[in-house]
Amino acid sequence: MDLHEYQGKQLFASVGIPVPRGAVAATPEEAEKVAAELGGRVVVKAQVHIGGRGKAGGVKLADSPEEARLMAAAILGMDIRGHTVHRVLVEEASEIARELYAALIFDRGAKQVLAMLSGMGGMDVEEIAHSHPEAIARVHVDPLAGWSDYHGRRLCFGAGLGVDLLRPIGEIFAGLWNAFMRYEATLVEVNPLIQTMDGRLVALDSKFSVDNNSLYRQPDVAAMRDVQAADPQEQMAAERGVTYVKLDGDIGVLGNGAGLVMSTLDVVADAGGSPANFLDVGGGAKAEEIVTALEVITSDPKVKTIFFNIFGGITRCDEVARGVLTAVEQMGIDMPIVVRLDGTHDVEGREILAQAAVPTLHVEATMLDAANRAVALAAGREG
Amino acid sequence: MAVLIDQGSKILVQGLTGREGSFHALRNRAYGTQVVAGVTPGKGGQDVEGIPVFDTVRDAVAGTAADVSLIFVPPRFAADAMYEAIDGGVRLIITITEGIPAHEMLRVYNYLRTKDVAMIGPNCPGVISPGKANVGIMPPQIFAPGGVGLVSRSGTLTYQIANELTQKGLGQSTAVGIGGDPIVGSSFIDMLARFQADPETTVIAMVGEIGGNEEEQAAEFITREVTKPVVAYIAGFTAPPGKQMGHAGAIISGTSGTARAKKEALEAVGIRVGVNPTEVASLVEEALAR
Repeated sequence: MDLHEYQGKQLFASVGIPVPRGAVAATPEEAEKVAAELGGRVVVKAQVHIGGRGKAGGVKLADSPEEARLMAAAILGMDIRGHTVHRVLVEEASEIARELYAALIFDRGAKQVLAMLSGMGGMDVEEIAHSHPEAIARVHVDPLAGWSDYHGRRLCFGAGLGVDLLRPIGEIFAGLWNAFMRYEATLVEVNPLIQTMDGRLVALDSKFSVDNNSLYRQPDVAAMRDVQAADPQEQMAAERGVTYVKLDGDIGVLGNGAGLVMSTLDVVADAGGSPANFLDVGGGAKAEEIVTALEVITSDPKVKTIFFNIFGGITRCDEVARGVLTAVEQMGIDMPIVVRLDGTHDVEGREILAQAAVPTLHVEATMLDAANRAVALAAGREG
Repeated sequence: MAVLIDQGSKILVQGLTGREGSFHALRNRAYGTQVVAGVTPGKGGQDVEGIPVFDTVRDAVAGTAADVSLIFVPPRFAADAMYEAIDGGVRLIITITEGIPAHEMLRVYNYLRTKDVAMIGPNCPGVISPGKANVGIMPPQIFAPGGVGLVSRSGTLTYQIANELTQKGLGQSTAVGIGGDPIVGSSFIDMLARFQADPETTVIAMVGEIGGNEEEQAAEFITREVTKPVVAYIAGFTAPPGKQMGHAGAIISGTSGTARAKKEALEAVGIRVGVNPTEVASLVEEALAR
């Protein structure tokens, strides 16, 4: 789960990492009030789960509370690459002497935590890594040994920063490490980490991602989930506990198992079609689970055809077939549904569907045949 | 002898008395696998359809000479179960449990790697050596004995490809689901090394997906260490950047970790990558015919 900048900064502050004074606002009036309380020049920043908001006009300076209100009015409701802005962060503007980059990442290749520091902050880190790989110092940290001061020294010397920054950088990283471990993060990134005109280090931005599997024991972090940030189908899926990702095509795809569903999307695309979503029903074969899944899929107005791809292992195809029939009847779905059943009890499952003789149901035995059928139906080439 | 498990393997099941644990352990036993013990703290002395239950892994190993632990313990207790297994005297741990916090696995893995114990999973379907032993939740009827070593990050995709292989008459030496989490006990490289060393394995099929750089690392390893033919499949070409596709591991950001990058890395070292599971089976057939 990704946190918003203001949420990440709250967590930074809780471990003693300096952040600018500020508060979040959901209306122009709230933004004006925050700006008045802060006094002086403020910056109004869109809170969205996507990069590039500065270029999109989602970050503005304001010299007065009224101006902050006007800026917030312009930014709130703005669409930034498909994400609607529901909140802005209003915080004191900072005098920047220097911009650095600092991060801790869950390195799944090395299976340790990777700490990174660069003197070239403010830029996209992948851009720095590409153009100036030597400008990023890296050190791996064994989670069983934990953070040690020497890690900070290696980063600081490795990034070519001055001795005067050894202690403050060490303190920032000790704080990042505490935040990373305490909140079970998979990424904490500060870009830029600024040095102010008076020499202090301040986290001017935050990227904070946490592990979904740990949320049961991280109630404070779990409460930060922003269902508004997702699109309507993803919001509906999250509320109903369905593993769903919105795509932009017209063929609704569901299947059992993440790998098989990803493969199904690829096969549909390869057949010339365009998948509308990713949906993993897991081992769920019961009618109610299928109804829930189909409700999420059919709430997307772009969907013209549904492709149901099941490989029965633990899941039994005859149960799936009964579930599909119940769901179709209960929901009165009139768009074509292509069903591919293979594996455990597949013959029985196909037989159940054949006997029901529902005109909108198209049964196929293989994934490739089913994909071709779904693509043809979505294109209106078959009735 | 296939890899990881065979008819001589003695399995203990942590979480045997749970619903999932008993269901799958009994299926594994019905396949002919030696399921010799269960471990549930406080239930020592009981049995599950004749399988004796012990209080601790150490007791179960001492009492039955079990050498493999199969873990069905719920996520919040799974790390503890894995530590107990690592210290309990088994040579191999297969963790089926899904939903274990990543930070727990980070610590478990870094402890595990100092020990002489191997782990498959977590969040995996297990291991099957067709005709010999089935340890985990894979449906055995779609597998057949043969020479294909199959390794995959995904469960149902493993079944899909195993089924395509079996229908073409291409049996498997061992099929391993290494798991879909960001941190798992064994990597593609670990499995490639085992298949390379296994006399019964004649060709290797590797099934990857978006996220991480393990497939790229595997490509590099194959050029150095693997002389047997390798065929690959990658799922997730249509996955949008920055979105998580069910598996915690299946997330891509920017350009690294994409299906295309993985396919290119594999093809650059001469490994053929099937465009769909059906083609993978055909490529395996062609590799064997050479």
